Amino acid sequence: MATIHELHTKLVNKEISAVELTNAVISHKAKVEPVVHAYLSDSHELALASAKAVDEAIAKGETISPLAGIPGAIKDNICIKDHPTTCASKMLENFIPPYNASVIEKLNANHYVSLGKLNMDEFAMGGSTENSALAKTANPWNLECVPGGSSGGSAAAVSSGSAIWALGSDTGGSIRQPASFCGVVGMKPTYGNVSRYGLIAFASSLDQIGPVTRDVTDAALVLNAIAGHDSKDSTSIPGQRVDYTKALVNDVKNLKIGVPKEFFGDGLNADVRKAMDEAIETYKKLGAEIVEVSLPSTKYALSAYYIIALAEASSNLARYDGVSYGLRVSADNLVEMSTKSRTEGFGPEVQRRILLGTYVLSAGYYDAYYLKALKVRRVIKNEFDEAFSKVDLLLAPTAPNTAYKFGEKINDPLAMYLEDICTVPANLAGIPGISIPAGMSSNNLPIGLQLLGPAMGEETLLRAAFTFEQARPDCQLVAPTGEVSL
Amino acid sequence: MKISQEEIKKIALLSRLEVKEDRMASVEKELSDILTYVAELNELELDDVEVMAHAVPLHNVFREDETKPSLDHDLALSNAPEEEDGYFKVPRVVQE
Repeated sequence: MATIHELHTKLVNKEISAVELTNAVISHKAKVEPVVHAYLSDSHELALASAKAVDEAIAKGETISPLAGIPGAIKDNICIKDHPTTCASKMLENFIPPYNASVIEKLNANHYVSLGKLNMDEFAMGGSTENSALAKTANPWNLECVPGGSSGGSAAAVSSGSAIWALGSDTGGSIRQPASFCGVVGMKPTYGNVSRYGLIAFASSLDQIGPVTRDVTDAALVLNAIAGHDSKDSTSIPGQRVDYTKALVNDVKNLKIGVPKEFFGDGLNADVRKAMDEAIETYKKLGAEIVEVSLPSTKYALSAYYIIALAEASSNLARYDGVSYGLRVSADNLVEMSTKSRTEGFGPEVQRRILLGTYVLSAGYYDAYYLKALKVRRVIKNEFDEAFSKVDLLLAPTAPNTAYKFGEKINDPLAMYLEDICTVPANLAGIPGISIPAGMSSNNLPIGLQLLGPAMGEETLLRAAFTFEQARPDCQLVAPTGEVSL
Repeated sequence: MKISQEEIKKIALLSRLEVKEDRMASVEKELSDILTYVAELNELELDDVEVMAHAVPLHNVFREDETKPSLDHDLALSNAPEEEDGYFKVPRVVQE
C-alpha cells in the first residue's frame, strides 16, 4: 500500500525520484480512470514540474516536507489559480479562479504535487456523486456502486491509487461517508481548524476542508500541512500550530470511548453493526474503557441540518446570477437573464435545495423552520458537550449502510438525505470526526468506523484511530485496482 | 407540511429559478415530502433555548485597517460573461 509516509522515506533515501513516482502514479491513473472516473481535470505537466523541483531540492541535500513530491489531487470546489474549478456544475464549467484557496497556498509551501481536480456532487450537494453534472464516478471496490459523496472523486481516487492523497470537503459527512464507502481514511477537522478561504461555499457554518488518505498517519501529515489560523477566514480559530504526527501513539489505555446508542438504530445494516461490535471489542482488548452514552436529540439532527444547510445554500448560491462569472444565458432584461442562467446552470438537486432554502427563510416560515433548527442545533451541541464531559471520544458507524448501486436512491431525495444520519451531528456541533476502515460487508464492500471528538480534539481522534489501525491489519485492504506499481 | 404550487412559483421567483410546468407536480411532491419530514421539529419544546448560528464562539473578528494588495482589476473581470470598458456588462435594467 503506497502511503505518503512510506513514499517520503523512499524519496529521501533516493530509492525513487519524485519525477519517477509522479510518472508511476500518472501511468496507474491512465489504467484505472477509464473505469473509475474520479477526475474532472488533469494537471500532469504542472505535477511533473513540481516533482522536478522536489528532486532538485533532494539533490541539493535540502530537507523536504513530508508531502513534497507525493502526488495527490484536490476536490473541484477548492480554488486553484489559473486552473478550472467547476464544482461539478455547468454553472462553473468554464470558471478559472483568479486566486488560490488558502489551503492551496499552504500546500504550495509544502511543495505539493497535484495530478488534477476531483469529481463531486454538484456544489457538494449529495451523498453519491451522482449529482455531478460533469462525470460519473464509480466505487473502486464495485464498479456498479456509488463511491459516496459529495467527495466521491477524492475517496475513489485514493482508493483506486490514482492519487496517494486528496483533499475533500465535509458539510454533512461529505469526507467521512465516501471514505467509508471506498475503504479509505477521511477526516473532518474541527470547524475553524482549516481555512475555508477559496473553498466554494455551500453552507458556510458547516463546511470544512479535510484529508482523504490511505492511512491515519497520512491523515495527520495532510492535516499538518493545511491546518492553522488564517486571517482571510474570519471563522478560523486562532491558536498555536499543532504537530498532529505527535498524536500517533499506539495506545488507548485510559481512554474512555462512548458508544451513543442513538447511532445504532433500526436502520443500521447488520454487517455494519457487526463491524462496530468487533471494533468495540478491539478497543476493549486494547485497554480502552467503553461506556454507553446517550445523545437523545440525534433523531432531530437531520431535520435541523437540512433546514440550516439549505437556508445557507440558498443565500450562498444567490451570487450565481450570470453577471460577474459563471454561466450566462442571454435575455432582454436582468431578471430574465439571471433566471435563465440559473435554471440552465444548476442541476435538479441544487435547484431543489435553493427552493427549499428560500422557503424556510421566507416571511412566515423563518420562525417555524430556520429559527427552530438553530435552537435544535444548540440542544445537539449541548448534548455533545455533556457526553464529552464523561468520555474522551465517541464511536459510531460512519454510515448506516455500505455503498449502494447507481440509481438506487437518486430519485428519492428524502431517502438520500436519511443516509446522512450518522455524520451530520458533528457538522452542526462543529466537532471533528474521522472515518477509518473497519472491515468488509458480506457482499465485499468497505465499512467505516467513525470516531468523534470534542472541538479541537483532533489529537485524541488520531491516537485512537491509529491504535485501531495498528491492531487490525485485517481491515487495511486495498481496492482491486488500487495497488500502484512503482 | 404540504407546499402549494402557488408557493413554489413564489419562491421560484425569489430564487430566480424557473420551475417548468411539466416538472411542477414532481417538485411539489419532493418539496412537500422533505418539509413534512423536517416539520418533526415542531414536537420539541424550544422556547427557553437560545439559537446557535455558529459552532465557534468567535465574535467581531477585527483587523487593522491597512491598505493591502487586492485582486487586480483585469483578473476580477477575467471570468466576466460580458464586459465593456473595464465594467461588467448586463442587459438593460431600466426599461424605456
